[in-house]
Amino acid sequence: MMDMPPKELHTLRVNGEALEVAFWPHRTLLEVLREDAGLTGTKHGCELGECGACAVLVDGKPVLSCLQLAVECVGGQEVTTVEGLAQDNRLHPLQEAFADLGGSQCGYCTPGFLVTAKAFLDERPRPTREELKEALSGNLCRCTGYLQIFEAVEQAAERMAEAGRAEEQGR
Amino acid sequence: MSPQEHEGGSAAGQHADAHKVSHTRGGGPGGAFNVVGKARRRVDGRAKVTGQTRFADDLVLPRMLYMKLLRSPHPHARIVKIDASRALAHPSVKCVLTGKDVPIPYGILPVSQDEHALCLDKVRHVGDPVAAVVATTEDEAEAALALVDVEYELLDTIADPEDALSKPEPRIHDYGDDGNVHKRVAFEFGDVEAGLAASDRVFEDVLFFEGNTHLPIEQHATLAAVDENGRVVVYSSTQTPHYLHRALVKALGLPGARIRVIATPNGGGFGGKSDPFNHEVAAAKAALVTGRPVKVSLNREEVFYCHRGRHPVLMRFRTGVSHEGKLQAMSLETLLDGGAYGSYGVASTFYTGALQTVTYQVPRYAFRGCRTFTNKPACGPKRGHGTVQPRFGQEVQLDKIAVALGKDPADLRLMQLAQAGDLTANYLKLGTIGLRECIEKVVEGSGWRDKWQKLPYGKGVGLACSSYLCGAGLPIYWNDMPHSGVQLRLDRMGGVTCFCGATEIGQGSDDVLANMVAEVLGIDPADVQLVTGQTDVTPIDLGSYSSRVTMMAGNAAIQAAERARDLIAGPAAKKLGIPRDRVAFQDRRVFDVEDPSKGLTFEEAIVVAEAEHGTLGTVGSYKPPQSPAKFKGGGVGPSPTYSYSAAVVEVEVDPATGWIHVEKIWIAHDIGRALNPVLARGQVEGSVYMGLGEALYEESAFRRLPQKLSRANVHKFPSMLEYKSPTTLDMPEVVTYIVEDPDAQGPFGAKEVGQGPLLPIMPAVANAVFDAVGVRVDRCPITPEDVLRALDDKAKGGAGRVGPAAFPAIGWPEPLKVPPPWEGGDGTAVNQKPRRSRPAAAGK
Amino acid sequence: MMRVPPFKYVAPKTIAEAARALRDAGPEGMLLAGGTDLLPNMKRRQQTPKVVIGLSAVKDLRASLRGADGAVTLGAGLSLTDTARSPLVADAAYRALTTAASKVATPHIQAMGTLGGNLCLDTRCNYYDQNHEWRQAIDFCKKAPGPHGTAQREVTHGTCWVAPGSPRCWAVSSTDTAPALVALGAEVTLVSADGERRVPVLSLYKNDGMDYLAGKRRDEVLTAVHVPALVGWRSTYWKLRRRGSFDFPVLSVAAALRLGPGGVVEGARVTLGSVASCPLEVTTDALVGRPLTDEAIAAFADHAAKPARPLDNTDYHLSWRKRVVREYVVGALRELRGDPPGLLARSAARVLPVLA
Ligand SMILES: Cc1cc2nc3c(=O)[nH]c(=O)nc-3n(C[C@H](O)[C@H](O)[C@H](O)COP(=O)(O)OP(=O)(O)OC[C@H]3O[C@@H](n4cnc5c(N)ncnc54)[C@H](O)[C@@H]3O)c2cc1C
Ligand code: SF4
Ligand code: FES
Ligand code: FES
Repeated sequence: MMDMPPKELHTLRVNGEALEVAFWPHRTLLEVLREDAGLTGTKHGCELGECGACAVLVDGKPVLSCLQLAVECVGGQEVTTVEGLAQDNRLHPLQEAFADLGGSQCGYCTPGFLVTAKAFLDERPRPTREELKEALSGNLCRCTGYLQIFEAVEQAAERMAEAGRAEEQGR
Repeated sequence: MSPQEHEGGSAAGQHADAHKVSHTRGGGPGGAFNVVGKARRRVDGRAKVTGQTRFADDLVLPRMLYMKLLRSPHPHARIVKIDASRALAHPSVKCVLTGKDVPIPYGILPVSQDEHALCLDKVRHVGDPVAAVVATTEDEAEAALALVDVEYELLDTIADPEDALSKPEPRIHDYGDDGNVHKRVAFEFGDVEAGLAASDRVFEDVLFFEGNTHLPIEQHATLAAVDENGRVVVYSSTQTPHYLHRALVKALGLPGARIRVIATPNGGGFGGKSDPFNHEVAAAKAALVTGRPVKVSLNREEVFYCHRGRHPVLMRFRTGVSHEGKLQAMSLETLLDGGAYGSYGVASTFYTGALQTVTYQVPRYAFRGCRTFTNKPACGPKRGHGTVQPRFGQEVQLDKIAVALGKDPADLRLMQLAQAGDLTANYLKLGTIGLRECIEKVVEGSGWRDKWQKLPYGKGVGLACSSYLCGAGLPIYWNDMPHSGVQLRLDRMGGVTCFCGATEIGQGSDDVLANMVAEVLGIDPADVQLVTGQTDVTPIDLGSYSSRVTMMAGNAAIQAAERARDLIAGPAAKKLGIPRDRVAFQDRRVFDVEDPSKGLTFEEAIVVAEAEHGTLGTVGSYKPPQSPAKFKGGGVGPSPTYSYSAAVVEVEVDPATGWIHVEKIWIAHDIGRALNPVLARGQVEGSVYMGLGEALYEESAFRRLPQKLSRANVHKFPSMLEYKSPTTLDMPEVVTYIVEDPDAQGPFGAKEVGQGPLLPIMPAVANAVFDAVGVRVDRCPITPEDVLRALDDKAKGGAGRVGPAAFPAIGWPEPLKVPPPWEGGDGTAVNQKPRRSRPAAAGK
Repeated sequence: MMRVPPFKYVAPKTIAEAARALRDAGPEGMLLAGGTDLLPNMKRRQQTPKVVIGLSAVKDLRASLRGADGAVTLGAGLSLTDTARSPLVADAAYRALTTAASKVATPHIQAMGTLGGNLCLDTRCNYYDQNHEWRQAIDFCKKAPGPHGTAQREVTHGTCWVAPGSPRCWAVSSTDTAPALVALGAEVTLVSADGERRVPVLSLYKNDGMDYLAGKRRDEVLTAVHVPALVGWRSTYWKLRRRGSFDFPVLSVAAALRLGPGGVVEGARVTLGSVASCPLEVTTDALVGRPLTDEAIAAFADHAAKPARPLDNTDYHLSWRKRVVREYVVGALRELRGDPPGLLARSAARVLPVLA
């Protein structure tokens, strides 16, 4: 019924590791991550670019995995998903803050918010509230009303800055 | 940070009537709180931030098949023929189901068993499913939908309640009151017409509240399989696994013991996942037919077809007041657009008239409600179920009354608040009422007294209040059993497992359970292993709806934990050589209150207890108190107690365009007690957020094509882009006040917080718009178009109002006449037909 | 899960290769830049190319430079984020473009979507931007293809539900950058396998919801945008939408002015977006040669609002959308005059200083 071209074997770099997966060119990064790589931490709420739940980082930039063909990520780009945020068993400061401060209620929008916030803080370590709202304006959350999310990102920013200072002093 | 008032529950022991109260004291020594009231990471927080929470669509089983539903393109049609042979001929298609394969109807309410997994003989809205195709991949299942040939005979479309009232034929259902009227109800608590006639002023207002939907970010998904023992197991994003279980038993014709329903954590629910859905039943059937796991994941458009969202409600209030503004009598009529199925609709209809009496004293009250069937996806319960629309009307009308009488709207409310312990005109028994404090908080915080009627043209403030249930007093189906049950298992390694049917939908139900158990046993909530929402493993809880989980599962958990504490305390006292009443539980220790150094670790205490009693396990359960309302229909509205909220909204309106900008919101919520203040605030702000969306942006609008050319009647925009959920940039600053007035009924005094704070937002916005530019938008959402139209109207010398012109004539039945308590009533109707002894639930 | 239908994927490395691939694919082929327009359309089966030519590997499409004459060339493959942040267009003269780019959809989509894709964006309509099943329920329309997989443009029959009886499609030009670039007097380079040409941005478009991109041949690749040096100009972009992000414009006003001594207008260009199937340029003779007084602005705004013809196929009521055109024109011009921003400006024109 459907004339599918053969799947092709590709190498994706996901969360710092090379991942060999076979997929069709019409597959999105969202489908490959969730269905072929078993990385179900990345969510979906519309698959049309209208909610932000599927956000991941490609070379540090937040993109919507539902509108990103996976074949366009096989050139050595570094893909980061929520599963790649923690270092070993240590949660990322954003994850700690979201968990502690109510940044996550049902948790469904959370992965998208976390990776987007990470990319933003990497670029803008001490943002104003207005900048933060703008940066997160591509992620919908139906549960929290966003305010505890903002506070969580701000606390994480503070913690990361402290950690940075401590590291500097340690040197 | 917003100011909050939850200093570790300091007021607990000292509260005036705390001695009468069973659980408003903590589990620690001297009634101090171990866990309750402390800001704390929720127990499922880690899973959620690491992406480890497994939602339904994240589940995968070996040999899994995929199901897609073929949906009707017609709003109303008879199914003449379905031919699936072309689809079945396709090699990757494993099965095709049609209505005949699952012919038994089901529905959430016993009185509305009007749904089929797949339409049997008729389709009733665009999106109604007629066939299910199961294939090896989702792509193939989807593509094969085109290979199922369906022949339809088109029927006239019933597009809205006006249509339904004027066109009894064709009938959408062959049950209901008559024609396309699903249900009419009428009550009179005291002689309202006489009360109105005796009032100094009577205000009459007709308002409209447009429908809207839940829009959880997670789309519904279900995975059904036949397990290794031949049982059907259904994993689903459902808020009500027990009710789904019941529907499956009926529709599949299997014994309950052969079906397991596992509610996966919901990626948001808000009421939208509390019906048994056709895709759930169809997936279970497909698993039985194929013997393989079958997954169905809805896309966003399909979620809009599941709907069960807020009913569009047209309402008329006639309210009599004294010169001072005291309410004398109130008459409310509501007309609901129910959509194509019953769903919770009968209950929703009752709810539109249930809670008018719980915020302010209403000496006489009449309510008439009518729900119609229309060819649109079914409406049902959304956050604030049925009470949101009339609350909008009531609070807007109060604002008009205040303005007309030259009274401050805050004072008008303060002078006639309902009182703690009151029995209302419609026989609702009230608990604690923190509404006065709520109003005072937002009035003070917002600077109301310096702003109302004092801001420059274009800027304004509005105030509104509300109340909501803390769990429905009656279950959906009649029974005498508990509404919630908890089992605890304690093991010698120090483990405590809490089993409960409650369902985590983001509101923090798992956290409440852990909180209760940990409080009583003096352990860390993170030590409590939770097993929830699995009908084969956990005791029944009726589900995450009507703000009932904290109240009911919380109380059940306390009971189970107290029984466990009692089991441990005896042997521990013996071991420590102290009297039993000196045993205290705190910090994972069991010790002598008088000499805290003398004690056992929690594990050691379990070991001595297990040695004494054998394997340790306890149960707890909860059933709400019996309602004093004994009249038929009095089952909707009663609750163990009620939460209260007040809000002030400040807006700026551009008079040239009508553009509305919400500047800031102050909200106070009487929660009884905040069990975990982080979560409490999150629920309040989440409600404010959703309320703001309803106030300004969101609507479930439908489009009818020119009838000469087409019969189409479609959802205008079933997408996340066009259904406008507010973004980070649309969320104003919110100041939240948590008001704690512990209630004897609540677990440690807690009341609900998940729904109530949504209610005052819409009327407060409407009232603020009036304060800003002097026009009334008597409909919700309040859009710039409407504001500008009202301004135009005013400029032309009109009333400066937009909204519905009139309420249609509805052939109301003779009302049930129930004299209010102060007129000698006893909760029965004087004109009620004789019937069996039990008070009937709406759902009966 | 909404999924993309199968296609053959081609990944050229150069502009020439891309142009050849496009020619070779014929009507079955489409270019994919950021994919933020094409992929949703494919998932909804509005567009179902059999060959997709991915442009992400064509580095030359991301080249930008300032010429000796001060004119700026921006590669069509530049992301909207990079467009908004490009130092080449940091001057206030180009504010209309940078604002427009940074008000597209969301930060994620700005990072993915390209300037070229934005200019070629499909026109939009509430009867068209729907799943196949939904469109089946209205028995499709002129612009939307019928049964699964029929290529667009093959369907020329059918009803326009927005204006039944009308011979044309009224889908709305919803690109944010096009009105801005028209107001800045920009041009684009189009490259095909047979050669290359340069045309004004406005000439790309036709006021027809289906044939909206009539100024570009199907086998041409849009490779670059050229914005003239605009010494002494300032510009702005006002966008009407319900929410602060995500939403397409349902009205936009791009305005560029050069003010001389005494506040006399020496040059003016105003373009309306999202009120027709193409950007609408407004004649500005009435503004030029006199100071920008309230009266001049009001009179001009009345004139500017006339050609706007919103129909019932986007968010908001059409009569209100028509009504507020005037207010948006007034607002944009007042902003350029230097008036402090009012309530409307905060929602319509508010942008944060773009991050460096
Ligand atoms: C939720 C959502 C909201 C959106 N909101 C807005 C908005 O507010 N404003 C707005 O303007 N847009 C909006 N968009 C549309 C889209 O994201 C942008 O217009 C974006 O700039 C498109 O660029 P792209 O590179 O992703 O285009 P693509 O999807 O890759 O392509 C779009 C079209 O252009 C053609 N094309 C692409 N590049 C070239 C080229 N170099 N030469 C010739 N043809 C080419 C493609 O074949 C296709 O037909 C939105 C999209 C979504 C999903
Ligand atoms: S304007 Fe008419 S023809 Fe064009 S997409 Fe809309 S309904 Fe179809
Ligand atoms: S799934 Fe909604 S934006 Fe990708
Ligand atoms: S936490 Fe539920 S959608 Fe954001």
